[in-house]
Amino acid sequence: MDFLRPASWEEALAAKAEHPTAVPIAGGTDVMVEINFDHRRPEYLLDLNRIDELTEWEVGQESVRLGASVPYSAIMENLRTELPGLALASHTVASPQIRNRGGVGGNLGTASPAGDAHPALLAAGAEVEAESVRGTRLIPIDAFYTGVKRNALEPDELIRAVHIKKADGPQQYSKVGTRNAMVIAVCAFGLALHPETRTVRTGIGSAAPTPVRAKEAEAFLNAALDEGGFWESGKIITPAIAKQFAALASGACNPIDDVRGTAKYRRHAVGIMARRTLGWTWEQYRGAGRTLEGAA
Amino acid sequence: MRVNFTVNGRPQEADDVWEGESLLYVLRERMGLPGSKNACEQGECGSCTVRLDGVPVCSCLVAAGQVEGREVVTVEGLADYAKHREDAHPGGGCASGACGTTLDAAKRWQSKPTDGQAGEAAELSPIQQAFIDAGAVQCGFCTPGLLVAADELLENTPSPSDQDIREALSGNLCRCTGYEKILDAVRLAAARQEEAVQS
Repeated sequence: MDFLRPASWEEALAAKAEHPTAVPIAGGTDVMVEINFDHRRPEYLLDLNRIDELTEWEVGQESVRLGASVPYSAIMENLRTELPGLALASHTVASPQIRNRGGVGGNLGTASPAGDAHPALLAAGAEVEAESVRGTRLIPIDAFYTGVKRNALEPDELIRAVHIKKADGPQQYSKVGTRNAMVIAVCAFGLALHPETRTVRTGIGSAAPTPVRAKEAEAFLNAALDEGGFWESGKIITPAIAKQFAALASGACNPIDDVRGTAKYRRHAVGIMARRTLGWTWEQYRGAGRTLEGAA
Repeated sequence: MRVNFTVNGRPQEADDVWEGESLLYVLRERMGLPGSKNACEQGECGSCTVRLDGVPVCSCLVAAGQVEGREVVTVEGLADYAKHREDAHPGGGCASGACGTTLDAAKRWQSKPTDGQAGEAAELSPIQQAFIDAGAVQCGFCTPGLLVAADELLENTPSPSDQDIREALSGNLCRCTGYEKILDAVRLAAARQEEAVQS
């Protein structure tokens, strides 16, 4: 094994071009587990810790450009207003020690269906900034997850940042696990209201081979809210609409039975989380101020 | 591969480090610092918690090569680290111990290494003393990680709520105590710290 220690982003891109099999390591919270347990013996480890700009973020007009290695603890602390859904999701990641090291770039690189950031990114709307010596491209988050632990990155590409739409309305995140800390999601659900476009977006975690949006549920809800004039009136969403939304969210799952839960349970739980997060965000939208309800 | 970094205020060099080796392994097996415990090796238990440039991390998940040029504080250096904080920042704290201290204080910090093995006769940090006084140590395996995590909590949150304490220690597993005595110990250390600031 070789340990590559680029001192700059340009050096890192050059190293990845020269050694496409190199495994990037930033927080190490996924990669080191695999090495410690002898599950993986990469030819090259590409350390990204010395590249400072990866831990920086810029708040723009429309979106936040979040460096790939910004730790979850920094997202929780600094970006709660701009990225409330991701901040809530970050708070559910493992433990303080892990949140101090891990970041969204690693979550995307690993692309586990159970990664905590994914539902929040899907719901908010995001693009992954991938770069190689050949150039930079922005990959829409919907096109990024291509299979179980697979993503749209080319072998010579590294994740520089993720561009996440700034919240224009309430966002919520919900995760099912056996306890609050140190838990891989049995399943998770993110929901964002976008009052500017009068749309609702969702993200489902750990209930399909990849993180997915509940697109049919979104389409149904968007139409129902529009037809009923809910965005203007701010009235309570009728239980029938919430119920149908939950059922469609449940239907968007394609889960498996595993040690953490059964497929049936996951479908059921996703429906419940969809209904709850819709209720929480809608209450926030109506100004009832139940701000952090549902925060794990 | 060779790795140079600072451990408990002293520059250290490790040779023939395997590229996939963890910081925890280097500390325990190459530097004779067995205080950080090796339990789960997957970041679940917090027994290997150390400060890396002031930030609590699981040392089992940090690749040795990633600590090149950086500062690590382990439980063996906790008493000195707390002493430095008390001297240089009464009532507060600095993140890394690499702050703008007086030359005198810096010398004292660098030149007083603890024994490194078992810390015999070494002074205890307030959080260590509180763990003893509150009966928070049973088998002791989780204790070093808890001490490092709890010390960092008290540095940044001098009057923690119970919720703060539970959250700060949520990454550290203890299979003996049921945590109650550990929570007592942190409350005790916080209370003593407040008294010291007020007096």
